[in-house]
Amino acid sequence: MDPSSNSPGSPGPLLDIRGVSKTMGGKLILDEVSLNLNKGELKVLIGPSGGGKSTLLQCAHFLVVPDAGDVFLDGESAREMGKKDIRLFREKIGMIFQDFNLFDHLNARDNVAVALRRVKGMRKAPAYKRAEEELERVGLGGKEDLYPAQLSGGQKQRVSIARALAMDPKVMLLDEPTSALDPELIGEVLNVIQDLFQSGMTMLMVTHQVGFARHLTKEILFMEDGRITERGSPEELLDENSPSRAGLFCRKLSEVTGR
Amino acid sequence: MGTLEFYRLELIPALNRGLILSVQIIVPSALLGILIGVLAGAGRASGRKWLSRLLDFYVGVFRGTPLVVQLMMWFYGLPSVSLFLEAHFGPEIRPFSDLFRLSPYVASVTAFAMCSGAYQSEYIRGAILSIKKGQYLAAQALGFSKSAAFWHITAPMAFRRALPGCGNEIVYLIKYSSLALIVTITELTGEASSVASLYFRHFECYLLTALYYLALVTIATWLLGLAEKRLALPEEGGR
Repeated sequence: MDPSSNSPGSPGPLLDIRGVSKTMGGKLILDEVSLNLNKGELKVLIGPSGGGKSTLLQCAHFLVVPDAGDVFLDGESAREMGKKDIRLFREKIGMIFQDFNLFDHLNARDNVAVALRRVKGMRKAPAYKRAEEELERVGLGGKEDLYPAQLSGGQKQRVSIARALAMDPKVMLLDEPTSALDPELIGEVLNVIQDLFQSGMTMLMVTHQVGFARHLTKEILFMEDGRITERGSPEELLDENSPSRAGLFCRKLSEVTGR
Repeated sequence: MGTLEFYRLELIPALNRGLILSVQIIVPSALLGILIGVLAGAGRASGRKWLSRLLDFYVGVFRGTPLVVQLMMWFYGLPSVSLFLEAHFGPEIRPFSDLFRLSPYVASVTAFAMCSGAYQSEYIRGAILSIKKGQYLAAQALGFSKSAAFWHITAPMAFRRALPGCGNEIVYLIKYSSLALIVTITELTGEASSVASLYFRHFECYLLTALYYLALVTIATWLLGLAEKRLALPEEGGR
């Protein structure tokens, strides 16, 4: 990789994770992981749990600061940023969590608007207007006044997507966005993610929904024991007869879930 | 003096005077206690080691010793510090050493607020720690600073959770405010005891005093219930 190609505005990768390592509680969770995302690209991360996928996403966001390695957004190094810039960096990367992490004390509208107001400093009226637009976009028009406890899992996840989108992120990191959902609610969330991808959003998605992912992505990354051990197109990795670990893993997965 | 007249002319006016004084002690003590509790509770939940240790020490001392002893210390104990300072540094130290001579009122409010704050901080610390870490993480992911995430996300939820416990502590405070009696304040209980011994009518004096406290506690409970209702979030199930 040529570091000179990473000055801001140059056509390098939008998000570039380079050689990220992390040890937690004496255990090596990430072992020099590198991957990058070009604008408008969707990459899918699969692999057994405990393999480091979630930690990788949190490191990519600098929510967890890696012990070694760095993350570049638009060529700018997260490690070199001060406190304020790192907040701006986080603002530009949307994060979707497996268990939604909606703010329980706020209704759907305020869940989306609170960061617009408290982070971006927007006034109440325009923040609410933007929040309502984003909720409409994920198919939740008319549900603005409901609190998280009154929403289904699928609706909660869509609110959390609206909340991330309202910040105008350049990249979205999705950490098993459908794993906590009842099977009949998965479709509505996947539809939103698909729309998002088609509208050009750059995304890195951890998922077990391989059937869904393989139609959208050009590259699947298989992660195990803190390393990306395989990467390739869905055809290469997931073909019926592929000897890859990824293929084996996915076949096992579909045996269990019947999908 | 007839019974009715005793009530009308002696007991009730005395208790009303005491009630006013009691309320003047209870309200500032409760508010200061909550303020101290919020600051100490937030500090103890902050994860800053030296700060938590210092505050744990404060809570340990004030929860671990009888309130009567604390009250006596504030009022009768601290003036010894003034005497000590004056003996060592001469009378010029007076403006400073006088700070340790608390009036009965200041001594009671200080004692009640410090003790109440120690208990309040327990409820508040517990509530803060019970808020799911994920929501704080989500706030950080959206670009919130640590303090903004605390005040706009964690605190409003923690406050709701701490409210029943904090209310309970205020109910206790209403009752232990009667201890102000021992630092010479003639509040509700003090008035009752002087009327009782003057007329030797202990039973009715203390019965009526108990009813006054019961009324105070009932009003406080009602107000707290109202606050809880206003802050309540919709329950699961409704769509």
